[in-house]
Amino acid sequence: MNLKLKIWRQAGAKKDGKLVTYDVKDISPDMSFLEMLDVLNEGLTKKGDDPVAFDSDCREGICGTCGCMVNGVAHGPTPATTVCQLHMRHFNDGDTIVIEPWRARAFPVLKDLVVDRGAFDRIISAGGFVSVRTGSAPEANAIPVPKQASDRAMDAAACIGCGACVAACPNASATLFAAAKISHLGLLPQGQPERQRRALAMVGQMDKEGFGGCTNIGECTAACPKEISQDFIARMNRDYLVASADKRD
Amino acid sequence: MELKSNIPEGRLEEKWKHHRDHLALVNATNKRKFTVIVVGSGLAGGSASASLAELGYDVKTFCYQDSPRRAHSIAAQGGINAAKNYTNDGDSTFRLFYDTIKGGDFRAREANVHRLAELSVNIIDQCVAQGVPFAREYGGQLDNRSFGGAQVSRTFYARGQTGQQLLLGAYSALMRQVGAGKIALYPRSEMLDLVVVDGRARGIVSRDLVTGQIETHVADAVVLATGGYGNVFFLSTNAKGCNTSAIWRAYKHGAAFANPCYTQIHPTCIPVSGDYQSKLTLMSESLRNDGRIWVPKKKGDARSPDQIPEDERDYYLERKYPSYGNLVPRDVASRNAKQVCDEGRGVGPGGRGVYLDFADAIKRLGMNVIRERYTNLFEMYNRITGEDPYRVPMRIYPAIHYTMGGLWVDYNLMTSIPGLFCVGEANFSDHGANRLGASALMQGLADGYFVLPYTLGDYLARLKAPKAKADQPEFRKAEADVRGRIEKLLSIKGKRTVDSFHRELGLIMWEFCGMSRTDAGLKEAIRKIGELKKSFWNDVNVLGSGEELNQALERAGRVADFIELGELMCIDALHRTESCGGHFREESQTPDGEAKRDDANFSYVAAWEYKGPDAAPGLNKEPLTFESVTLAQRSYQ
Repeated sequence: MNLKLKIWRQAGAKKDGKLVTYDVKDISPDMSFLEMLDVLNEGLTKKGDDPVAFDSDCREGICGTCGCMVNGVAHGPTPATTVCQLHMRHFNDGDTIVIEPWRARAFPVLKDLVVDRGAFDRIISAGGFVSVRTGSAPEANAIPVPKQASDRAMDAAACIGCGACVAACPNASATLFAAAKISHLGLLPQGQPERQRRALAMVGQMDKEGFGGCTNIGECTAACPKEISQDFIARMNRDYLVASADKRD
Repeated sequence: MELKSNIPEGRLEEKWKHHRDHLALVNATNKRKFTVIVVGSGLAGGSASASLAELGYDVKTFCYQDSPRRAHSIAAQGGINAAKNYTNDGDSTFRLFYDTIKGGDFRAREANVHRLAELSVNIIDQCVAQGVPFAREYGGQLDNRSFGGAQVSRTFYARGQTGQQLLLGAYSALMRQVGAGKIALYPRSEMLDLVVVDGRARGIVSRDLVTGQIETHVADAVVLATGGYGNVFFLSTNAKGCNTSAIWRAYKHGAAFANPCYTQIHPTCIPVSGDYQSKLTLMSESLRNDGRIWVPKKKGDARSPDQIPEDERDYYLERKYPSYGNLVPRDVASRNAKQVCDEGRGVGPGGRGVYLDFADAIKRLGMNVIRERYTNLFEMYNRITGEDPYRVPMRIYPAIHYTMGGLWVDYNLMTSIPGLFCVGEANFSDHGANRLGASALMQGLADGYFVLPYTLGDYLARLKAPKAKADQPEFRKAEADVRGRIEKLLSIKGKRTVDSFHRELGLIMWEFCGMSRTDAGLKEAIRKIGELKKSFWNDVNVLGSGEELNQALERAGRVADFIELGELMCIDALHRTESCGGHFREESQTPDGEAKRDDANFSYVAAWEYKGPDAAPGLNKEPLTFESVTLAQRSYQ
């Protein structure tokens, strides 16, 4: 199939950007979306034009590196799919596809479709862990964990940190990302000692990074390639509230 | 070059304990005076960085990804082995050790493998304490499943995302130390050279992939945890960015490269669908617990699978290997798939595929159980192929997945350059000529959490040489070399894209140094790679500059190294005229087509030494001696 692409081109963080139109021909429906961009880039390089910069790594939907807005939707039209796992069979011959980077103040554009998601790392660094030194762990089966809790924790832990939730949110909020980690650890016995501290620290860092607040719109869950549930946001809010009330100066 | 493996004296099961008891220690208050560079943030690099920082060392961690959480360990699906014997099926440290050494076709070091089996249990404890949500039974205890090459259930898992969860555990420990100021993190940074001063590793030269800035970093020791080099084949299950450049630079500075030809071809990947394909996707080995592998008995049988009656199907693994059935080791499963396809019995487009069928398991266990075990894998298959594996059998074919070869290291995980350590897939040490499923995660974490923190301390405690400084000539020269190479790549301005060279290299490697190898083929490959190298340096086209985010430039540097490594792999494969594990020389097979080792002549580690740009590499041999196991022809029948 033949397609018209309108792609955001921006030479650097401090440069202005604009949408540029390209034609790509003979695209196979079995190609992934990023393989289609590879074909575009091979063609641009041969012509001597600067290829489009975009992030990707594992190309199997688990590393969370890739991500862009496809026709205004984070990771494109297929639910529960990263853009590397989106296949061209979901498009039609002659379509025009608009491709833009994640847009959020806390995710500045570095070049074309590449953004800086360092803010996510800093949120984890603030409290997204269990403080257990290597070598200090008790025998693994010493603390039984109900299967239900463990399964629910796994649901939350499936987050790949791609940033689609932020890009999809009208407030550019990182709440679903933070809530997933707070819930994952908060559901397990191992996460209890630091549960309150974690909620306060991670929410605090999220605000500092310039993400917006959560108004429970739910675009985040709809865009999430791992279908992280909005319920976790309620869990986070409860943990945060309890921790704030309990805080002793 | 003298290769001293430094394997401790004593009985096999006491070596590590005894060694640990006698390693030199760095006083608690002195640790912060030492800087350690860790390159790579996967299971090995992430766990090493976190553990070293917890001990008090100043750590600098580098990764090419935008975040350390994205290293390719994250894509491991199936699980991690540990000799916990929670299932009471007779597992033990010895059994895990024996399965691993046998699975590796007796081409790994006994002492290293035994240490790995011993540490396996500590890893599970550590990860559970970090909050890794392993699968559990209703009673709250940890659940286990089976993997290839073992007759016990010792594999721990977190749905089909075990690697992700283990990596996020290591990443969280790492980020805690970043927050505590003990780790300085350098994401989107690529190591482009190693700096050696007076024979010791003293730092690296890196490039900031966003600004293009070239930086030098000084340290007291350098740890490479940069993963495998499967992308030399272009198409592999590795992430697009996985590369050999860090270990290749080390090789050029004198670190021996061991067994480069030992590559693992994973039997269950989604078959190639077209020339545009950028990577291959693995379907976890765990699927072989419940899926049955078959092809039609008749050649060229084009009927759809549901139209082929039971007695016209050949469940060839169950037929040939009754005691292991579909759970034979990876090399055996891959070779058999190739064999039936070569016979003209392959399925799907081009006849390069075999069925992995869940119909019986769904009948036996019900749809819900299968869904619970494999949802994400089935969904992934469906997304890529457009077919529903709950109704139609999966089509699978072998693909490059892992490299057992890597930098030579001694028992302390130190390379032949003092002060340069190598952990995880990047080293050669534990898997011999074939790795068993669920053992890569185990090795990465054993190295990073429980081996390196001790052995690196021993090196630093004994280090008497003065500290290096960034203005020493060795640093300035390394920096100038890096700049020169980048300028050279940008100045060629030829006609071909970087990817076109990479694809061509991949085709050469897959044809001649893939699932089966011959003397004539390997010689042909070496000749072709020589031509490709010349052509690359005359005709590659890299646009843009070095002072910006330039992904083509990044790839060009990596492909240049892959071309040279590809040549070394072929040289190694050519010299090893025996078959062993994943290395299958057509000239050396048993009457029923299994790999035939030649223990009299090849029971050694081949450690290659760089001798200069136009000289042949030198071969050093570390003999492999076995005290606790008897070498036998591997049998899974």
